[in-house]
Amino acid sequence: MPDTLIFYALSGLAILASALVIGQRNPMYSVMLLIASFGALAGLYIQLDAPFVAVAQIVIYAGAIMVLFLFVVMLLNAPQEDAAEWDRTHPLRQGGVGRFGAMLALLLVVQLAWALMRANDVSDAVSSRGDVATVSSVREVGRGLFTDYMFAFEATSILILVAMVGAVVLARQERGQ
Amino acid sequence: MFNSSFDAVVPMLCVTLAALAAMGAEAFRARDEKMPIGGLGIIGLVGAGVACALLWNRNTSSFGVIVADNFGLFVTMVLVIVGILTIMFSSQVLEVDNLPRGEYYALLLFGIAGMMMMATANDLLVVFISLEILSLAVYVLTGIRRDDPRSTEAAFKYFLLGAFSSAFFLYGIAFTYGLTGSTRLDRIGAFLAAQSMSDNPLILVALGLLLVGFAFKISAVPFHMWTPDAYEGAPAIVTGFMSTGVKAAAFAAFARVFLSAFEPFSQQWVPVIWVLAAATMILGTVVGVAQSNLKRMLAYSSIAHGGYLLVGLVAANQIGKAAILFYLLAYAITNLAAFGVIAMLASSNDENEELRDYKGLWHTHPALAAMMTVCLLSLGGLPPTVGFVGKWYIFSAAVSSGYYGLAVIGMLTSVVSVFFYLRVVVMMYMSEREGPEPVRPRIARMGMVALTLSVILIFYLGILPTRVLDYAAESIATIF
Repeated sequence: MPDTLIFYALSGLAILASALVIGQRNPMYSVMLLIASFGALAGLYIQLDAPFVAVAQIVIYAGAIMVLFLFVVMLLNAPQEDAAEWDRTHPLRQGGVGRFGAMLALLLVVQLAWALMRANDVSDAVSSRGDVATVSSVREVGRGLFTDYMFAFEATSILILVAMVGAVVLARQERGQ
Repeated sequence: MFNSSFDAVVPMLCVTLAALAAMGAEAFRARDEKMPIGGLGIIGLVGAGVACALLWNRNTSSFGVIVADNFGLFVTMVLVIVGILTIMFSSQVLEVDNLPRGEYYALLLFGIAGMMMMATANDLLVVFISLEILSLAVYVLTGIRRDDPRSTEAAFKYFLLGAFSSAFFLYGIAFTYGLTGSTRLDRIGAFLAAQSMSDNPLILVALGLLLVGFAFKISAVPFHMWTPDAYEGAPAIVTGFMSTGVKAAAFAAFARVFLSAFEPFSQQWVPVIWVLAAATMILGTVVGVAQSNLKRMLAYSSIAHGGYLLVGLVAANQIGKAAILFYLLAYAITNLAAFGVIAMLASSNDENEELRDYKGLWHTHPALAAMMTVCLLSLGGLPPTVGFVGKWYIFSAAVSSGYYGLAVIGMLTSVVSVFFYLRVVVMMYMSEREGPEPVRPRIARMGMVALTLSVILIFYLGILPTRVLDYAAESIATIF
């Protein structure tokens, strides 16, 4: 029972924090709330007997990536978005994009609600595949990474390279300016 | 040579190496030195094409997740053709718009490598990573004209919606993995065939989420909202590239995932795709009629063509599967050539892409006008062009599977679409231009060569399609 309570508490925190992230006008608060959301997720991973993923979540997302976010926010020096600007340019208020996003989100919620309502045998459907504790150990993660998922792992390097080249192309200063 | 277990990745390896070479060449280039960086790309693509030819019928696989079966190789060949034509058209565009060459070619080639990976991937995770590789490359190429606000806006919209749909796709993969315990398509297929899960709603959710991800990339209605804006804002040749290359790769993965792994569930997904196909054909055509901007019009036309391809997926009989491959080739060549013409006529400060800019083109650029006419007629599906053969096979597949409704909708929309293609032709030949002649750049020889090649292919495949159709038929024999 306490497991269930903790699960609901952490899930609620994650959902609440994520919802608040998009509603903030101060980007600094958004970043902080995102960290809270990641923290709650890490708690959920621990509940799932996946301590390695939880630690990775904290170290990489809540740690490294969010520090970068904070630096960007501070360097942009825009603690408070202009209210009128916010109303006009916020992605949720953009006509086409907003409608498309809202439609997809609605679709997702309806679909999930329908499925979870009907799937009272989720635990049967997700039949136990080996001992969870061994699957989520660092050793198993590493083994999977260099055997079954080796190609995917290597292909990610191309993905990151493309992202870097793309960022440079879009962000660099023209010569002579 | 080397360990044969690497064979299947050789085509994409050639292209990746060419991309790295392009990056390196740009880095070591002196400031005003002219370097034929595009040539490096063509070398890599030709290498990939040769590798494809050598791998044909050998059915090799690498790492268990990349399979060089004939289906994947056929799509890879289409991508090689798309890549070579794009590079040939690009030289003039880069000159006129003064875009960064090395980065442009590097991103283009990385994108093609990602597409090849996607077309030959046999694992949902690899499909996802390759989808991201090609998407990132195309997002940046869309916004590569940084001083043009429309280009930036297009890239931003495309990026936001693309990231959103990628998340859906990833969620679908997660559900599939949770239910079947594998991301490999063959294992998923075996698992689903062995266990009757048709009453399990979670597998339907997984299917739905994957469908959203794919439908977004092939811009099927109602997931097409980004298409007109992104296609209009991007440089014309990039639009040509993404409307053909991305669509070919996404369709290959779409067909592979749904026709092999999720085949046992065709009862569930065929009606959904039926609706998508009908909506896509109708909306693409009807809205296309109302456009006054040529690029936007072709964007809607490419949406409609996605609908025709979906018809082939619904029919999914022997003819249907081969027809998808043939149509991908036909559409890729034709559409890319049409956008090539637009790209070549754009000058740096005025894109000349409104329909009225094409008035009287026959008098100033007779060769371009004639070739544009061929492309438009092929897009409209008039004989003796390749577009006619492609549509013929798609619709006959639909009829032989008993989907008369789709075939009728397809033919009606084709007839309507001929109207807006012919409108451009009429403008080019019969109307006189009012006002001053738009400023047009000098037409590069390379682009003309590419255009001539495309037109020859359009006629060759339109008049003597059997050989390539046989290849297409051979391709589908290996996997489905």
